[in-house]
Amino acid sequence: MIGADFVPFALTPLLIGCLASVACALPGNFLVLRRQALIGDAISHVVLPGIVVAFLITGTISTWPMLIGSAGAALVAVAMIEGIRRFGRIEPGAAMGVTFTALFAAGVLLLEQSDTSGVHLDVEHALFGNLESLIWLDAIGWSSLADPQALAGLPPEIFRLAIVTALIGLGLMVFWRPLAISTFDEGFAETLGLPVRAIGLGLVIASAIAAVAAFDAVGSIIVIAMFICPPAAARLMTNRLGAQVLWSVAFALASAISGFVLAAYGPLWLGAQNAVSAAGMIGTVSGVFLALAALFGPTRR
Amino acid sequence: MTPAHLLEIETQAKAEAAAADSPLAIRGMTVFYDQKPAVFSVDATFQPGRMTAIIGPNGAGKSTLLKAALGIVTPLAGKATIFGAPLSERRDRLAYVPQRASVDWDFPARVADVVAMGLYPKLGLLGRFTGAHRAKVKHCLARVGMEDFAHRQIGQLSGGQQQRVFLARALAQEADLYLLDEPFAGVDAATERAIIDVLKELKSEGKTVIAVHHDLSTVPEYFDDVLILNVRKVSEGSVAEAFTHEALDAAYGGRLDLAGTAALPVSA
Amino acid sequence: MLFEALTFQLGYNATLVTIGAVLLGLAAGVTGTFLFLRKRALVSDAIAHATLPGVGLAFIALTLLGFDGRNLPALLIGSALSAILGLFAVQWLTARTRLSEDAAIGAVLSVFFSFGIVLLTVIQTMETGGQAGLEGFLLGSTAGMLFADAALIAAGGAIVVALVFLFRRPMTLVSFDPGFAATSGTSLNRIDLVIMGLVMGVTVVGLKIVGLILIVALLIIPPVTARFWSDRAEHVVIFAGIFGALSAWIGAALSASAPDLPTGPLIVLVSFALFALSMIFAPGRGLLASAYRHRWFQRGVHIRQGLLALAQGQPIYEPLTLRLLSRAGLARADGVATESGKARAARALRDEKRWEVARATPDLELAAARYDGLTRIEDVLTPDQIAEIDARIGGPEAVA
Repeated sequence: MIGADFVPFALTPLLIGCLASVACALPGNFLVLRRQALIGDAISHVVLPGIVVAFLITGTISTWPMLIGSAGAALVAVAMIEGIRRFGRIEPGAAMGVTFTALFAAGVLLLEQSDTSGVHLDVEHALFGNLESLIWLDAIGWSSLADPQALAGLPPEIFRLAIVTALIGLGLMVFWRPLAISTFDEGFAETLGLPVRAIGLGLVIASAIAAVAAFDAVGSIIVIAMFICPPAAARLMTNRLGAQVLWSVAFALASAISGFVLAAYGPLWLGAQNAVSAAGMIGTVSGVFLALAALFGPTRR
Repeated sequence: MTPAHLLEIETQAKAEAAAADSPLAIRGMTVFYDQKPAVFSVDATFQPGRMTAIIGPNGAGKSTLLKAALGIVTPLAGKATIFGAPLSERRDRLAYVPQRASVDWDFPARVADVVAMGLYPKLGLLGRFTGAHRAKVKHCLARVGMEDFAHRQIGQLSGGQQQRVFLARALAQEADLYLLDEPFAGVDAATERAIIDVLKELKSEGKTVIAVHHDLSTVPEYFDDVLILNVRKVSEGSVAEAFTHEALDAAYGGRLDLAGTAALPVSA
Repeated sequence: MLFEALTFQLGYNATLVTIGAVLLGLAAGVTGTFLFLRKRALVSDAIAHATLPGVGLAFIALTLLGFDGRNLPALLIGSALSAILGLFAVQWLTARTRLSEDAAIGAVLSVFFSFGIVLLTVIQTMETGGQAGLEGFLLGSTAGMLFADAALIAAGGAIVVALVFLFRRPMTLVSFDPGFAATSGTSLNRIDLVIMGLVMGVTVVGLKIVGLILIVALLIIPPVTARFWSDRAEHVVIFAGIFGALSAWIGAALSASAPDLPTGPLIVLVSFALFALSMIFAPGRGLLASAYRHRWFQRGVHIRQGLLALAQGQPIYEPLTLRLLSRAGLARADGVATESGKARAARALRDEKRWEVARATPDLELAAARYDGLTRIEDVLTPDQIAEIDARIGGPEAVA
């Protein structure tokens, strides 16, 4: 499989899949520990109305309006969930359910009502993404990695995701202590003077940024799966927070790579002609890893 | 100036002087949960270098009063000062030990990691965790008799051991004022002994200790002062003055039977 | 058009779909209430997403066996089977590992859904797959539905409603008082299973109308809406059923009244509109009522504390207290009491003493326990009782 076609057709989607998975798995660790795992689910649903509104305002599907629109929608969703929970005194799960279904429904309705015939914007695309199409046509082989002209033709998603993943990693390192303390013991964190609300909000915003950047490239199923499955599997492998985060990165990378390879080449091995959805396969494989961790992980109980 | 005015100025000055000396002074603290008062208009001035128990029946607002003073719950009215200044200026001088049940002990951390959290104000975001810090953690664990457990996963500890870890974390903060929420709830006798010994040591070092407490029978043995609460303040002062039958009667109503205090429900 | 749609005059299929939707809304609202009160609302999200691989596998199996893959009953059976598997996966992860339920829900829904997507892409490459229309299960699609399918949905909705009615007593018991239910011999597990079974029924029936992504809305939004209107369990169930049916009826009718108006999203949005109105305007638990009550309590507490401080010659610490007192004409801006302030302060102090006595008096203790700090003593005790108290504390003292 490492033939001449690998670099132009598989390298970039593989890298993008890896970056997207890691970007989501990193904040996912803290979401899972805070019992907010489903915030990731909620955020990835509300990205749809975000991009539809951005499209309706700008009339195009260019990247930046989409990113801003979906990030805005994520913030609106978080504010709604928090408002319903606090002021309506409704348990967080139900508050999330109300919010993301309503916003997603609004997105679908807007999409059906607006004329998107000329552009590539539909619900399926939002859900599954189009990882397979993020190819690097300027490349002719491994040598292209050293060719500035070919490098200029890399899909822009790769740079965006690389920057986002690096920023999230950096943020996690810088704010590691306050995040850990406020996740474990919020009341104590408050007496230390830590801004626990801001920390919680910062985590959700970081998750939203990861979701939006990843969604743009790979669709929302990978996003939901990667927020939860790698951190959950990692939780079953170790009892130390630092090790858990590293395990989750390993699981995310392993899912992305093996999922992509299985989707692209698996059907061929079975004698079929067409590849299956890479996004779907990556999500499925992350579930397999979680199942294995749940059955055999050293700290599963 | 009328005499009444002079008197008013004088009382005001006195109250302010008392509040400035006090490690924790609470004025008019009122907290409502929905439509019910949990704490109503409580004034209290805690004395430096002493151990005070906050006692009262179930739902008397003991923990809530502590949390409101620490800004963990938002009061409807009232304020607290710590060593004469607002909380935000005095955080470095206080250490808070929450109820054991308030956290998820399944969190992926070891005993030493939890104690090290108490060093955060000194470490900051990126300060390096040095050998001196490690020694400090070890020392604090030794003070509560948990030095052998430093590398144990916190989920594997007994209730009493968890409580000791929390106390060790507070010790690591090297505060002047220690606020403990039900430190003896659900712990074994050995732990209770170990905790009270540490608290008495703190007192002998001149620190102030305030604990929400539910076992009336040990109040005179453990504490110097009491604040008896039942949503509002019932009485306040030294154990000899304030821990009276009348005060307890007023706080607990007819439900109190001093001989059988063990049968009292454990306050939430 | 809308009027015709609301009154079931838009033709056979549209009418059947609307009836099916209303029954579905009713069943979902009621079933969802039990789920919501068990604090497990989002389990339904896992169940709904877990239907997708079942639909895909059923289609593939039918096609391979030489049947038409679009056979709705077979697809629904497939969806139910994989939903059951998903539910068991959630239960197993929660019970057998240290993962919390929310992580288990998220994992199951994303993994099952991912696998479903893989199957959909497999189906697209099959010869008959192009026109399978399975994407309709994601967001529902009632356009061009066969009569038999519409009838099946209406019948399915009716069956779920009947089952809900049948099991309403034990489900209510288990949701509101699990402890009592267990001691009274009701098997918690069995009734939980019934609730989950009904959730599955609602999901399967709703797949074609609202789709698997939005079906959870029907199970969650009406119960949450109903919660704003009542604190009583039985009423919440009934209100949730009504809100669910109402949303489905209006949503389905709106959708039938014009093209490009998908049924599922409309039902969800109508239901959300009812929710938003309830959250803001409901008496008692609504936003406006709560905010008003909070301000009222806050003002009452501050004025009372200010008055007591005045009465006892103590300084007023809080600026808000002083502001409220001076706005009410009870004190000057510098904290000195006005004449009416002095009178009110004396009364406040006397009332405080009265309450103190009342609390210490065994006969009155029960009544005194109702005191929230703001209630007037006249509203709780009889004039005779007050007179008796006054005899013990003397009259009001004047404030200097």
